[in-house]
Amino acid sequence: MQKLPAWADVVLLPLINLALAFLVSGLVILYIGENPLQALKVMVNGAMGSTRGWGYTLFFATNFIFTGLAVAVAYHASLFNIGGEGQAALGGLGVALVCLAVDWPFWWMALPAAIIGGAVFGAAWAAIPAWLNARRGSHIVITTIMFNFIASALMVYLLVNILKAPGMAPESAGFPEGSHLPTAYDVLGLFGIPFNRFAPLNVAFLVALAACWGVWILIWRTRLGYEIRAFGKSEPAAVYAGISPVRIIMVTMLISGALAGLMGINAVMGEAERLTLDAVQGAGFVGIAVALMGRNHPVGVLLAAILFGALYQGGIELEFEIPAISREMILVIQALVILFTGALDGMVRTPLERVFASLRKGAA
Amino acid sequence: MTPPPAIELRRICKSFGPVQANKDISLKVMPGTIHGIIGENGAGKSTLMSILYGFYKADSGEILIGGRETQIPDSQAAIKAGIGMVFQHFKLVENFSVLENVVLGAEDGSFLRPTLARARKHLTDLARDYEMNVDPDAKIEDLSVGHQQRVEILKALYREANILILDEPTGVLTPAEADHLFRILRGLKAEGKTIILITHKLREIMEITDTVSVMRRGEMTDTVKTAETSPQDLAERMVGRKVLLRVDKAPARPGKTVLEVKDLRVTDGQGVERLRGIDLTVRAGEILGIAGVAGNGQSDLLDVLGGIRAATGAVTLNDAALSLSGPGSDARARRRAGITHVPEDRHRLGLILDFKAWENTGFGYQDLPKYCQGLMMDNRALREDTDAKMARFDVRPHDPNLAAKNFSGGNQQKIVLAREIEADPDLLLIGQPTRGVDIGAIEFIHQRIVELRDAGKAILLVSVELDEILSLSDRIAVMFDGRIMGERLPGQTDETELGLMMAGMEGRAA
Repeated sequence: MQKLPAWADVVLLPLINLALAFLVSGLVILYIGENPLQALKVMVNGAMGSTRGWGYTLFFATNFIFTGLAVAVAYHASLFNIGGEGQAALGGLGVALVCLAVDWPFWWMALPAAIIGGAVFGAAWAAIPAWLNARRGSHIVITTIMFNFIASALMVYLLVNILKAPGMAPESAGFPEGSHLPTAYDVLGLFGIPFNRFAPLNVAFLVALAACWGVWILIWRTRLGYEIRAFGKSEPAAVYAGISPVRIIMVTMLISGALAGLMGINAVMGEAERLTLDAVQGAGFVGIAVALMGRNHPVGVLLAAILFGALYQGGIELEFEIPAISREMILVIQALVILFTGALDGMVRTPLERVFASLRKGAA
Repeated sequence: MTPPPAIELRRICKSFGPVQANKDISLKVMPGTIHGIIGENGAGKSTLMSILYGFYKADSGEILIGGRETQIPDSQAAIKAGIGMVFQHFKLVENFSVLENVVLGAEDGSFLRPTLARARKHLTDLARDYEMNVDPDAKIEDLSVGHQQRVEILKALYREANILILDEPTGVLTPAEADHLFRILRGLKAEGKTIILITHKLREIMEITDTVSVMRRGEMTDTVKTAETSPQDLAERMVGRKVLLRVDKAPARPGKTVLEVKDLRVTDGQGVERLRGIDLTVRAGEILGIAGVAGNGQSDLLDVLGGIRAATGAVTLNDAALSLSGPGSDARARRRAGITHVPEDRHRLGLILDFKAWENTGFGYQDLPKYCQGLMMDNRALREDTDAKMARFDVRPHDPNLAAKNFSGGNQQKIVLAREIEADPDLLLIGQPTRGVDIGAIEFIHQRIVELRDAGKAILLVSVELDEILSLSDRIAVMFDGRIMGERLPGQTDETELGLMMAGMEGRAA
């Protein structure tokens, strides 16, 4: 069977999947007696109809870019890293420690240090499952998911017992003023462009874009990327070529964990400006769907992350505007999108391949 | 009146996308005959047989079985029509007994016991009639390859097949096992069964078939009586031009010893000793051929020397010791030391099938200065080098941007060969250089190997094809069960002697 042309695989297929997800969501909304078109309008408007909407959409997207890239990089080595949730949580811890340790005078000094802190902590959390996989053959899916639970328990312990600031909530002290990242309002204001003042979009978005570019260079331009892809396609062939599986597994997972850990500079440093318990909010898992939908390519990850960001922000608006659509309903819609674009990808792919095959025959 | 043909194909066409795999194929096979089908890789033999066995559906054309038009939408229908197929790679459940495998898919009730009892009786009859003794209670994994193949044939006969299709049946057999297979086939033919034999070995076609069809580029170009043709004639019909069946080479002029192996031992994960003390030497300007039935340690030997597998013993290359385990024993270190490796299984090891041809040209050499700048790959240099290599090795299509999987077997092998030969090795390891490669490319590949020898390089050749070993090697070592059974010179031995040694017998006293 001939495969799909590249454009159909990258553009058409995700769009069909998305349309199906919205169709089923529409039926669900219809079932509870609301108008699906009205709901769609609220969602789109809420996510992209104002600078405030965009500010939230791109803020969420920044989180998903980091976790999506983490999954994508590991995928090129045939490693399924579903530990983004835990790695991002630890990355947030690293960012918080950097921000709290020093009374930073300027944000542009704090940011590079926080990037290192987040990356090192995220990478360290990925290093243990990676080592277990490379040396002991433990399955990376099992170990990374288990490490999500360990990370969550560790964060609770730290925030309740060690890092907790005075008061009721289990959260750290606020970060010093000098480590607060400029928001889109601050940056765009310099150029005289008006932007919503309270939207959390901040310079971490630019770091995320740089990370996309860096991952592209890494995978398709460097020798390490070449070896990662070769290993991902065939481990025996990689050994034949003198590529060490242990080295590739370790290095790839460290990079993957570091990318997930970078989410901390957006969520913890950029928005909350303190370490809280729910800093990651499932972004680690959304990263899997983002990487799947983005075909593990940085550009695809960027676009898919923006879509999921819009879905998140639109969902929040929907919950607010149409009370009949509850928080749980929003989760259902988000889950349907993940289901159709990720898990059920093959359901549409096979018929679509048939359509293209018969089109080709007709043309021949 | 003559009976209707057992199989008649009328104008069968099948295409995959733009590729037409079978063009207008018509064929008649008379009952009680053995019909050979030969053709190069990609000529469409397998596609045609898959259509006959219900794996593919023909785009157009008719199939007549015993004179009646028959639809074969799936393999169940093929079995019902009396067609049995023995695949190149056996479809047996390894940890089931012979009896269970034979019955599998042909159970005639919800309870297994009565079926098995009936099958046991039936199997004993079949074994008696066709000289196919196999213990019905033996587990498949404990049987030799030759016996496993017999189980496949028994499976087909148990399903009352009248037409038996065998796809490259002798690829994994010793000469003696192949002879036994041919005796079985002759017995089946005497019983009135019809047999279709797909092979690329001209000798087998000449030995056993009554009629033979030649396929070339999806078309059936000729069907002739075997008695009225010759191997040279068939080879030319297959390729469409004159070919050299024997390698044209001058006598070797061996120089100093390049590779010296002493007491090499390898134990696999299950604790089985795969190499039990190998001693051998290869000198510069010499081809040492290793003959043997697949699975007797030749692959392990290549893996150890190529840095894929750890071992104990002593190996020196140009008088410098190579480490056999731990750091410094990997494939990268071997390449630096001057050993390059064309692996037996180019799909699994030699190529990344999804990578483009130019990416594969750097495979194993990704850290050579000419292919990289610091941490970055120099993709442009790789592309240019691939372009030049493809011209020198006549790789078709000449397109460095095409993924490796889209080349034919012969051209894939040329890509690997170009990479490993042009890395200028002191020692070239080469396993099954022409497996799955068409006749035209075989000639080319053999010439390149001899050229490398004449340039004063040492070559260690592993092949299960005795013809290839006999015509290429300057010295022949035979491996059996992880040991070298002995060495012979090609001019002073023959297939019979080598065949005996491959089966573990000492051969004639030298």
